[in-house]
Amino acid sequence: MIEFALNNAWLIPLLPAIAFALIVLVFRPLPKVSAFIAITGILISFVLAISIGIGVFQAGDKFVEHPLKQVVTWFSMPGLEIQMGTQVDPTSAMMLFVVTLVASLVQIYSLGYMHGEPGFSVFFAYLSLFAMSMLGLVIAPNLLQMFVFWELVGLCSYLLIGFYWHKYSAREAAKKAFITTRTGDFGLLLGILLLQINFGTLDLVKLTEMIPNFTQYTSLTVGGLTLIAVILFLGPIGKSGQFPLHVWLPDAMEGPTPVSALIHAATMVVAGVYLTGRTLVLFQTVEGAMAFVAFMGAFTALFAASIAITQTEMKKILAYSTVSQLGYMMLALGAGSLSASMFHLMTHAFFKALMFLGAGSVLHAMHNEASIWKYGGLKKFMPITYWTFLIGCLAISGIFPFAGFFSKDLILEVVWANSTLSGHAAGPFQGLYSVLFIMAALTAMMTAFYMFRMFFICFHGTLRDKNAHPHEAPFSMAMPLVVLGFLSVVGGWVGWPTLHEGFSYFVRFGEYEQGHWNFFLVGLSTILALIGIAGATYIYLFNKVSNEALAKKFAPLYKISFNKFYIDEIYLWLIHHVIDGLGKFLWWVDLKIVDGIVDGVGMMAKAFGSIFRRVQTGKLQHYALILFAGIVVLVLFMTFADSGTAVSLLGGGR
Amino acid sequence: MIGLEHYLIFSGTLFCIGLFGALAKRNAIAILMGLEIMLNSVNINLVAFSRYVTTGDLTGQVFAIFVVAVAAAEVAVGLALIVSIYRNRTSVNVEDFDWLKW
Repeated sequence: MIEFALNNAWLIPLLPAIAFALIVLVFRPLPKVSAFIAITGILISFVLAISIGIGVFQAGDKFVEHPLKQVVTWFSMPGLEIQMGTQVDPTSAMMLFVVTLVASLVQIYSLGYMHGEPGFSVFFAYLSLFAMSMLGLVIAPNLLQMFVFWELVGLCSYLLIGFYWHKYSAREAAKKAFITTRTGDFGLLLGILLLQINFGTLDLVKLTEMIPNFTQYTSLTVGGLTLIAVILFLGPIGKSGQFPLHVWLPDAMEGPTPVSALIHAATMVVAGVYLTGRTLVLFQTVEGAMAFVAFMGAFTALFAASIAITQTEMKKILAYSTVSQLGYMMLALGAGSLSASMFHLMTHAFFKALMFLGAGSVLHAMHNEASIWKYGGLKKFMPITYWTFLIGCLAISGIFPFAGFFSKDLILEVVWANSTLSGHAAGPFQGLYSVLFIMAALTAMMTAFYMFRMFFICFHGTLRDKNAHPHEAPFSMAMPLVVLGFLSVVGGWVGWPTLHEGFSYFVRFGEYEQGHWNFFLVGLSTILALIGIAGATYIYLFNKVSNEALAKKFAPLYKISFNKFYIDEIYLWLIHHVIDGLGKFLWWVDLKIVDGIVDGVGMMAKAFGSIFRRVQTGKLQHYALILFAGIVVLVLFMTFADSGTAVSLLGGGR
Repeated sequence: MIGLEHYLIFSGTLFCIGLFGALAKRNAIAILMGLEIMLNSVNINLVAFSRYVTTGDLTGQVFAIFVVAVAAAEVAVGLALIVSIYRNRTSVNVEDFDWLKW
């Protein structure tokens, strides 16, 4: 079984693809059969992914340096060979596990959540396609295949965010998501092309060997390579919702809630982190790009957290928290630790999927009422959702021993390590990492605060909407919550710092370092999280301070956060004034100058024509006269010129 | 003694007269007549060359007969055209015919 799975990893993306094709082509009129096919497909993939995981685990760190690759040539021409296939190593095995797990749970959850919806079958078809795209991306052995699936992921997100296509906002959100991520994808494509041109290969393993010694293979300078890295990083910025292309992510909440869970936890947004992790060698070779990634991550983390604090919709808060946590993952990558980033990606997938599905359960119970101020006291109506959501909040806040604690701590630790390097190892950006560490620590506190703010408003106190009749989720929705809740508790233990050959032994880039407890950091992060939780408890559970009074007191800050730093408005202004203005100018150029030249040529021909047409009198005799005059000239010419010239001029060459 | 030069000068003169008629006359019939004169001057040329340059060979004469035949056909077509034009325009004055222009 394990051997089979390792050698047939290509089946994992293929099964959901088959499910998609079957549903779309055959079983679309039969919702129950469609759902059954989709769930069966992804569950088999899940089993295969677990087998691969076990296989990789048994192999120790054999696959870290030498991944198990199976490739066929996709197309080739002289100097260019593009392959397609699978690459199994601990990182991709971990991702396969996470993606198939979350996708399976989301599909099971959708059975209950989407029950009776008109597009039930199509929804499952899209979910399968989404899972297929993400699995294909994860398992890709080269950047081009990754890019193909990357775009497919974008397409699926477009389809699913716009699933309620009859709603204007959903359509707009779908377009926004697609266009915004495409903006970044352009950079990614450019980066991939530049890598292909300079290194002659897109194969991840080969690139890992070549890039550190780039001076030997290419004529690139450090600056050139930094530029390539930054351009390549535009793709992840768009896909993983990093500032300033994060705007699509909160709007993506227009899709059905299971989709939000899928997008935010397992597919789509983590694709950017994963791609950056896969090409980490590129960033690690050039310090500047590394610092750029770290800075973008830390800034996004803090920025999104500061927005999340004032939002009033459960899914919006979760969306900004996702942006913030993705920033964390980028920060970890920027600090050079693939382990920390992937570890946080995994635990985040557990608890974020849990919380989104929990939010979906709440929305389901409250009949799609979005504002958290209409909720309250849901604890007694929906205990399963309550307890699992509490686990999620504790996990994301980083409370021992929940999953988020370990991963967040690892990230803080690697950033701290980067900022305390000494001597030669300390690069020019060491000071920056100290600042980033403070930003990350602040974010941790804010995360705990806004999560528990939402938690208390939703689940404690009294129900504010008197017309609502909340009820607990059905089994198909509660089951995934429980599974994810369990994983959110224990999921982090695989990375227990003192564990020998734990998570970071397998999923790593570079040398393995045995972890250890850093009690200063553990204490700091726990204290910060507890401060955040205590603040939220004080304000929102005990109502010691009126939150409205607070909002008034800090009115400017509140407003700027509530309005998401006016980023959307700035973009709108930019588009209306700068882009449209530029468009108008170019329109003028086209109309007056380009068209002017074209028209001018025509006009000139016409003007010449109106002069020269006078020659055509229409009188036969004039023509005849000219004919004879011509003959006379020719005869005279042939008489007086020497014969060679005359013959050659008249076309009678030999 | 009448030699080749005399014939050539005669035929050249005749050709110029015909050419002048064809180019300068206003009456379409007269133009046709000018054309005939030009053709005949060429015939004289042909026969004269045949007689003086390739003596004993009748190529020029035969060719002249062909030209006469072609000229007859051409005149038939030309006259038919003139008759047709006259029916449409009630004129044989070429000044009135400028349909070939733009």
